[in-house]
Amino acid sequence: MKIAILLKQVPVKDATLKVNGDGLWIDEDNVTFEINESDHYGLEEALRLKEKHDGEVVVVTMGPERVKESIKQALAKGADRAIHINSSGYSNPDPIAHAKLLCAAIKDENFDLILSGLQSDDLGYGQTGVLVAEMLGMAHATLVMETDVQDGKIKVKRELEGGWFQSVELPLPAVLTIQSGLNQIRYATIKGIMAAKRKEIKEIAISDLGVSDADASGIQMHKIYLPVKTKQTVVLEGDTADIVSKLVDKLKNEAKVL
Amino acid sequence: MANGILVVLENNDGKISRIGWETLTAAQKIGSDLGIGVSAAVLGKDAKSMADSAAGKHADAIYAASNAALENYTPDGYTAALEQVIAKAAPAYIFVGHSYQARDYVAKLALRINAKIISDCIGYKVDGGSLMLTRQVFAGKFNADYSFSGNGPYIATFQAGAFSADGLQPGSAKVEEVAVDLSGTEIRTNVLDIFQGVKQEVDLSKAEVIVSAGRGLKEKDNMALVEGLAKALGGDVSGSRPVCDDGWLKIDRQIGSSGQTVSPKLYLAVGISGAIQHVVGMKNSKYIVAINKDPHAPIFEIADVAVVADLFEVVPALTKAVQEAA
Repeated sequence: MKIAILLKQVPVKDATLKVNGDGLWIDEDNVTFEINESDHYGLEEALRLKEKHDGEVVVVTMGPERVKESIKQALAKGADRAIHINSSGYSNPDPIAHAKLLCAAIKDENFDLILSGLQSDDLGYGQTGVLVAEMLGMAHATLVMETDVQDGKIKVKRELEGGWFQSVELPLPAVLTIQSGLNQIRYATIKGIMAAKRKEIKEIAISDLGVSDADASGIQMHKIYLPVKTKQTVVLEGDTADIVSKLVDKLKNEAKVL
Repeated sequence: MANGILVVLENNDGKISRIGWETLTAAQKIGSDLGIGVSAAVLGKDAKSMADSAAGKHADAIYAASNAALENYTPDGYTAALEQVIAKAAPAYIFVGHSYQARDYVAKLALRINAKIISDCIGYKVDGGSLMLTRQVFAGKFNADYSFSGNGPYIATFQAGAFSADGLQPGSAKVEEVAVDLSGTEIRTNVLDIFQGVKQEVDLSKAEVIVSAGRGLKEKDNMALVEGLAKALGGDVSGSRPVCDDGWLKIDRQIGSSGQTVSPKLYLAVGISGAIQHVVGMKNSKYIVAINKDPHAPIFEIADVAVVADLFEVVPALTKAVQEAA
């Protein structure tokens, strides 16, 4: 079984972020990056499927040079090789343009299964998996919580809202977007880290993908800014005893729960 | 010729869902500001009765698209049916609630009809006759303003709770049945079963006080801190998704888009960063106190009281003080 995992690198969850000079992205200095959470679960699911059904897991990622670190981490965990679309200097905000580039890089690979996370923790459009499926003419399922590959098809458990789930069957090849929490993510072993050094990372420049309208965008991002508060928030900080006495007063007089 | 805004009203088991009404409210406001009309569509095995339930709202037309193949939602079925409704209504804009269902098909629909798409919007501005949409980026740490460029149609999806359906304008809309032909559509998804994950044993929707745990508690043993505070306040315990995923708390106490929606008199968030998925489940709480050591935690954006401190110091001291005050 040939499996792709579309993996994105994003700032770590508790990173303190600042908007950069042009107001369209964050200042990346002093920011640590990691594999996007739901993509990480997707990687784990891909590795488990490979262990069960044989085949290979290919990491596909787009990003500047820094994403090599996440690629190496994925290879150390057991992915077989990687395709890195180097997007240094490319800043198109349109997920459709991104999906076109991803498809151009993977269309000749003929994957049986393409996994991605449900949504990225940076731009968070939540569209990439679905776009890739439609562009490659594959069936898809989103918010996947469980997978079961059968002969020529795959059965998945999808999360619906309000604690409901759905069980659906799709023909292969298919694209699945993975919901966080469906498995337990493994750690890389020392052996895995050593083995990763010999694994292939194929780097492709955007200009080599043959996508003539790579710069076209149907949407325009004007600026990123701190949200304007609609609520008056009182900040309590400093001495614990002081915080607690003010808080008790508020719980009594404002929330009226004491 | 392009005609106004078409809203897709989500069919939730034969009824129009809350996010459908919210999105219609958004369309009424934006349509009025842009000076364009609003219509809506509802899909299902028999969509007529649902369309009738929207006939008393302010809109030009409610399209009822019925077909036996639309009994269960599938991305192939919905996309093909909506393509046909859109061909008939020829809207300039298509608005859909950013529900789990919409996430599954709207991007596919956008490619089919060659539309531009901005997903998960929380607000808008109309400036000089053009529409600017606001959405959250970096997991809610920032907002970003977007506009469409090039030719339409333009699709926007709106986050649950971004607009309140209380603002829905009444009126009189004509219900129009659209004959949807899916005979040439291959529906690749086979829906086998729809089921409730865990029997919902706890209903937090009526709770007056909720103390909610986030991953800031670091490990399961520390849940006792939250339980102790909830007990002192006479309230219930809930948690964010990661806390339930990691088994620190039973999944039927999860708050957020995949769990329960609550609006207690007091929601006390302990070590919760405030990811969008969590916030949609609790932002209508009457009074929100958040304790987090990160001064930039998004939860503080919606809090009445932001306690920027180490929860391991504040929570035990607060529990003691509440016990003494009671």
